[in-house]
Amino acid sequence: MLTAMHRKLLRDLWHAKGQALAIALVLSCGVAMLVMSLTTLHSLTATIDRYYNEYRFAHIWAYLERAPKTLLPRVAEIPGVSHVQTRVVADVNLDLEDMPEPAIGRLISIPDRQQPMLNDLHIRQGRWIEPGRRGEVLVSHAFAEAHQLRSGDTVRAIINGRLRTLTIVGVALSPEYIYEIREGDLLPDNKRFGVFWMGETELAAAFDLEGSFNSITLSTLPGANREEIIARLDRLTERYGGLGAFERSEQTSHRLISGELEQLRAMAVITPVIFFAVALFLLNMALSRIVGTQREQIAALKAFGYSRWEIGLHYLQFVLIIATVGSIIGVALGAWFGRALTLFYAHFFRFPWHEYHLDWRVVVPTIAVGLAVASIGAVAAVRRAVMLPPAEAMRPEPPPEFRPTIIERIGIQSFLSQTARMVLRTLERRPLRAAMTTLGIAFAASVMILGSFSSDIVDYLIDYEFHRSQRQDVTVTFFDSTAGRAERELANMPGVLHAEGFRAIPARLRFEQRSERVGIMGVPSGSSLMHLMDDQERRIVLPNDGLVVSDKLADLLRISVGDVVTIEVLERERPERQVPVAAVVRQYTGQGAWMDRQAAQRLMREQDRISGAHLAVDSDQLTALYAALKETPGVSGVTIKRAAVDSFMETYAEIVLTMRLFNIIFGSIIAIGVVYNAARITFAERSHELATLRVIGFSRGEVSAILFGELTVLTLIAIPVGLFIGYWFSVLAVLAMDTEDLRMPMVIEPATYATAAATVLVATIASVLFVRRGIDRLDLVAVLKTGT
Amino acid sequence: MPAEKKEVADTHDSTSVSDSAAVSEAVFVARGVTKVYRMGEVHVHALRGIDLDLYAGELVVMLGASGSGKSTLLNILGGLDVPTDGTVRYRDHDLTRADDVALTRYRRDHVGFVFQLYNIIPSLTARENVALVTEIARNPMSPEEALDMVGLKERMDHFPAQLSGGEQQRVAIARAVAKQPEVLLCDEPTGALDVRTGVVVLEVIERINRELGTTTVIITHNVSIAEMAERVISLSDGRIAEIKQNRTKRPPAEITW
Repeated sequence: MLTAMHRKLLRDLWHAKGQALAIALVLSCGVAMLVMSLTTLHSLTATIDRYYNEYRFAHIWAYLERAPKTLLPRVAEIPGVSHVQTRVVADVNLDLEDMPEPAIGRLISIPDRQQPMLNDLHIRQGRWIEPGRRGEVLVSHAFAEAHQLRSGDTVRAIINGRLRTLTIVGVALSPEYIYEIREGDLLPDNKRFGVFWMGETELAAAFDLEGSFNSITLSTLPGANREEIIARLDRLTERYGGLGAFERSEQTSHRLISGELEQLRAMAVITPVIFFAVALFLLNMALSRIVGTQREQIAALKAFGYSRWEIGLHYLQFVLIIATVGSIIGVALGAWFGRALTLFYAHFFRFPWHEYHLDWRVVVPTIAVGLAVASIGAVAAVRRAVMLPPAEAMRPEPPPEFRPTIIERIGIQSFLSQTARMVLRTLERRPLRAAMTTLGIAFAASVMILGSFSSDIVDYLIDYEFHRSQRQDVTVTFFDSTAGRAERELANMPGVLHAEGFRAIPARLRFEQRSERVGIMGVPSGSSLMHLMDDQERRIVLPNDGLVVSDKLADLLRISVGDVVTIEVLERERPERQVPVAAVVRQYTGQGAWMDRQAAQRLMREQDRISGAHLAVDSDQLTALYAALKETPGVSGVTIKRAAVDSFMETYAEIVLTMRLFNIIFGSIIAIGVVYNAARITFAERSHELATLRVIGFSRGEVSAILFGELTVLTLIAIPVGLFIGYWFSVLAVLAMDTEDLRMPMVIEPATYATAAATVLVATIASVLFVRRGIDRLDLVAVLKTGT
Repeated sequence: MPAEKKEVADTHDSTSVSDSAAVSEAVFVARGVTKVYRMGEVHVHALRGIDLDLYAGELVVMLGASGSGKSTLLNILGGLDVPTDGTVRYRDHDLTRADDVALTRYRRDHVGFVFQLYNIIPSLTARENVALVTEIARNPMSPEEALDMVGLKERMDHFPAQLSGGEQQRVAIARAVAKQPEVLLCDEPTGALDVRTGVVVLEVIERINRELGTTTVIITHNVSIAEMAERVISLSDGRIAEIKQNRTKRPPAEITW
């Protein structure tokens, strides 16, 4: 049964429906962001956990040159080890019909007659390989999709110098390659890097590794001491050219996914907080206004015997209804966004199944947060209603106190019109409310910046890493280090303008008790293709001696210029050297370390040897160069920078566009919410005064000027404030999203500021015009008669 | 709580209407009531020691200029305010020492208010405004019955904005009497009305007092209205200046101002 109080509540709400809807929408944005981030996070985590479990994702990996399988029992004996799987892993060049440039194929062996003990495969299409049939492979889903490969198709590969035709019998997914990217690459390029699984006997034979292996993966028992296992494994593999064992946290795919989840978690907090803060403020403003106008009604209700509690509840229900509507809209929007975000992740992360759950364990607490925010927003006004002494409320509210504004005190009022004076006095009389309104509008601008700056960052990052720092067009890597004359041979290939050989050394850097596995790049000190830059982004020249490290690596090892670090080479003679840190350079992705090439060769106690080369290439002759590279023995991989950047940007541009659109919507909702509420309240509070002005001959335009002059002033103050807040929110977001692999530069383009400012301005004008219709309809006689 | 004051007559005929105050039970007993408001630095003495008894079923008019303290006294009698000093008892309720919960209870169960500015809820219809009270009262009449009593049966579903001032005040009276209160307190009920409408409103109040035996207090600065009362209490500067017993009550229809 609806009581009279309920009817009053519903009619009051209906009367304030514009405001109520605006507030509900602001709140719904916060709820939506929270639901989206948390459900996506939950869904991804659940999917990953299940995938890892069901497909027995390994805990520890080690790569080595070659070890006999007789080592296996000794590895299995290490305490804490549960399962061991040895395998052969090799990168080969692929010759694909649908593109001129070579692609890199990673061949991974799987047992001939059974499924792998660890890192099992999920067959998406086709079948498992059959023992004894030569040339059968399974291909990774991402690569198959990029080249539209199906079972029955063939791919040509240069395996150990011999051209072989591989027959695809199935498309597979592996927990090891959820994010399919080659170690050391910054961007995934599914067209030019793909994983293939092949029978162990055949693959081992192709690389002369019969009875041996070059990769080992372990799973551990719960509670096992993994550091100890890694140390023991390293000791066992050392004499077989072990490159140092590592845990999941260093496994490329796992690490990048974890970084992504971390960023998602950070975003789950920051953005909703802003929306909630604005909603809280709006609710407070709206309800205070309602309690203010209903003073006499509250007094009468108290006189009839309604208790404080009943009256408090009545006004609390007002905001709770708004919050409930906002939360329901928010949950629906959040579920929709969450589903879209999960699908977006499917572009990059390959799972056997895509699950999106709108988990009640997320929904219920989120709605509770929404209701709590609303209740907090209502507290002050509800308290005023509850405490209102009924006898006092019988008397009308005393007229507001006005005093000369600062402008009059300093004596420049003669420059201002009567209208301007009224505007200024109103602003000065309620400085807190003016400040809060300004802050609310400012939040609108800041949300837009916070939402848009990430694309500025990506643009900047791509430009810094791929155009200013790494200036090569093509990177060629060799299976094994090669004599330095390979550099000259590459330089003579068609279209090559300049070739620079590099020596890449797998190593472990140690400082005090900390250590990190890195690849040290030995590049010529005067390199024109690899520019290292300091924190001011000025180019630095590689010193003849000493190590140059990226700022992220310096942070991780807590080293600075002058510290002496230990380099433990994980290749060949495995020399160990003490080297001073010569410089720290800015790098946004990865954890790089560099040395002068000659110094690197001295470190390895070798003559002129290189691991690969960076090439600057005439783009007109690329096809000829690709053809030549495909023929070159010893080349294990060709990375084409532009192709990687282009394919990334293609996907990314779509996302950026969608994101921009959402941010404009979000920013507008806040701006409209704040301005519309402020305008409505001002209008309601002053309709008597405005009607009086109309009666004595002011035009509608002049009356509007008084009403909206106030909001115009506040909006103009709010925009720069909002841009400033937006900048600092972005700084916070950048800090929160800093992962081991990605450090974000703090960049906001002028266009981002301009869009934010323009959107807020347009939203302000739109809400003001909406309220202005009220002035046009102002019933002068009625307003003056009732006095309210 | 046992009655302590000797003024409280212990008779049980409180529901019957009596011509003589002396044989009737004193429902309100106020002694030495003072009320001081603090307005910033200034202390305003609204009441300066009021001794007063009000008897069951009588119709009292309190006269006084604005600022005489009559509204303050009415608010204290109605449990909307508490005195700074002195005691006020309503039957066995000590209104002086009651907390908010007890005062709310008292207002809900015993008192009907009629305000000068009607104080009806603009978002509710006439019927709903009355229902607001009947829904929480112990022994109410139906909203329809109450509106019928004030002659608004035909306009029950109108919103306040669709009613004239006199009609709005009658809604307020219907709302006040619908709970069948023992006490009806009216603060300048005709203050915002013209004579003709004012008389209609006074007739309603008089009829309620007569038919339901409700102890009724009307405060006004309008001397003419005093003629309808059994007793007229004049307030001036926070004190009772005079208590006058009317020999005959004049029907509101004969009153004019």
